[in-house]
Amino acid sequence: MNKRSILLISHGHFDNNSLEIIADDITHEFLHPVELGESHLDLNEYYDPTRRQYDGNKLLKFLDSVSKPNSLKTIGLFGVDLFIPILTYIFGQAIFNGRTGIASIYRLKNEQYGLIKDDDLLLDRFRKVVIHELGHTFGLVHCYVPSCVMRSSTYIEDIDQKKIFLCNKCRTQVESSSHIY
Amino acid sequence: MTKKITLLIVDDEESVRDSLYNWFIEDGYYVDCAQNAKEALSMLESRNYDIILADIKMPGMDGLEMHRRIKSLNKDSIVIVMTAFASVETAVQALKDGAYDYVTKPFDPDDLSHLIRNAASQIALQAENEVLKNKIISLENIEDIVGNSDAMMKVLRDVESVAQSNSSVIITGESGTGKELIARAIHSNSTRKYFPMVSVHCGALSESLLESELFGHEKGAFTGAMFNRKGRFEMADGGTIFLDEIATISGKMQIELLRVLESKTFVRVGGNKEIKSDFRVICATNRDLKKLVENGTFREDLYYRLNVVNIMIPPLRQRLEDIPMLVDHFIKKYCTSMSRDIITIEQSVIKRLEEYDFPGNVRELENMIERAIVIGNRKEITLKDLPLGKDIVSSSFESLDDLEKKYIFEILTKYDWNISRSARALKVDRVTLYNKIKKYGLKSVK
Ligand SMILES: [Zn+2]
Ligand SMILES: [Zn+2]
Repeated sequence: MNKRSILLISHGHFDNNSLEIIADDITHEFLHPVELGESHLDLNEYYDPTRRQYDGNKLLKFLDSVSKPNSLKTIGLFGVDLFIPILTYIFGQAIFNGRTGIASIYRLKNEQYGLIKDDDLLLDRFRKVVIHELGHTFGLVHCYVPSCVMRSSTYIEDIDQKKIFLCNKCRTQVESSSHIY
Repeated sequence: MTKKITLLIVDDEESVRDSLYNWFIEDGYYVDCAQNAKEALSMLESRNYDIILADIKMPGMDGLEMHRRIKSLNKDSIVIVMTAFASVETAVQALKDGAYDYVTKPFDPDDLSHLIRNAASQIALQAENEVLKNKIISLENIEDIVGNSDAMMKVLRDVESVAQSNSSVIITGESGTGKELIARAIHSNSTRKYFPMVSVHCGALSESLLESELFGHEKGAFTGAMFNRKGRFEMADGGTIFLDEIATISGKMQIELLRVLESKTFVRVGGNKEIKSDFRVICATNRDLKKLVENGTFREDLYYRLNVVNIMIPPLRQRLEDIPMLVDHFIKKYCTSMSRDIITIEQSVIKRLEEYDFPGNVRELENMIERAIVIGNRKEITLKDLPLGKDIVSSSFESLDDLEKKYIFEILTKYDWNISRSARALKVDRVTLYNKIKKYGLKSVK
């Protein structure tokens, strides 16, 4: 493939197996190769002590400003709790039709809700969030097909209701715009 | 619905405008922003907005005054005011003045999307009433329901007519006929489509698990529960709850369910607050519920509450004429998802399929086609790619479980036991695949 790559940058520890699975998913849905990277960005600068969370807007802006021009999209993966000023929390966010997105695994963990830890389920949720945010960077809006990964979800079980894949309609939209990339 | 809903955000803080802009663009709305009331009012002179989301405290003119002026312009926009926690009283004043609702900053993402979807579905309702008058309803978002046999057309007509109502529905059909797809079709063609359809597979859960699944729990109800957890009924607020295998629920749960259906309220486990939820119920079963009522295992009162409309999905062997179309659909679907060229199928294979009686219905056909694509020559599906083979009779004696086990094993072997690739090829998630591996005791042979 001589197509440009999508960069998946972990901030904090993610195990390699999971990252490779997510990379597979991305290539499968968006037909671009994926490169994995690690960042040692000091997250303290993005910490908001009154909310005890990390500022998703600032992080997104920063990542966008440093994203490499020769890569197609960049997605930052986080383990910390993200917020934006207007919302109490976010699972992730992206620049619509842009080049950058972020996703956090923090609120996807069963344990946070008093449920039994489930690593497979956690990974499935995270994969969906990453594909979803990436979808926004490709110009996809929320989809009403119930199983589509682009369906809007605001709490974890909402994420569990959809699949990891784009529906045909969303897939076609990505493909028809792919000549741009 | 083709017309995009238009939204105007009025807030003096740039970060608030940006965040909300981004959030609503992703929701598919048309969005404009204004920095203050004056700018908003002048924008309103040149165009209409369906929804206006305005901060209540702004320099110059506050949100209350702006709201009054919007009303005096005779605009029928829905106005929602945003307020900081400290100024809730002013917001209440706005409600008295006729604002639609208010939200307190920072918002819970779920509350925000709920609020806007509520407003949007109200607008959509008006628009769809127009459509209904002109009687040109057509079904959307039904990409996996295929067939134009009389039997299937009747099902789709039923879906169409029931989608617009709020009635409870029972979907009856053998396993593999696609009951959940029909439920989704009803949901996504109703005005509830802006809200989730939440599925519960009742047969897979024990009584106590089902209870906490359905009703949720408060944080602290269990050790380590840092956040509240919504139950399925709460998640389905505004939308649809789909209860699969309804015939399997216990007598106690039948009583609970009846109570919730009647009051539309419930209490979370470990909580004491009554929670209201506006949901529609769709149930599915492969049993004859009427018979279960007669022999006393299913409550008659619950049956009548659920069974306002009954949709029967015919087994595949009663709509054999749909087979060519279904085969075509599955070939396209799987070739595309495996990034392969679309392949063809021998005419004799279609004939053979039409002679088979499909105990596993459409799902069995789908599995056969996917398998044939995986193991075949990448150009054409031939008889030897199908488990029908020469002796259709003996293979139909193989139980579905056996077929599934064999098939999963083949896929796993093909993908070198890479769970994620295999799960993708099988079109299930990894958790489901792990469960199947456990269930069938599959092991890799090296
Ligand atoms: Zn989204
Ligand atoms: Zn979609």
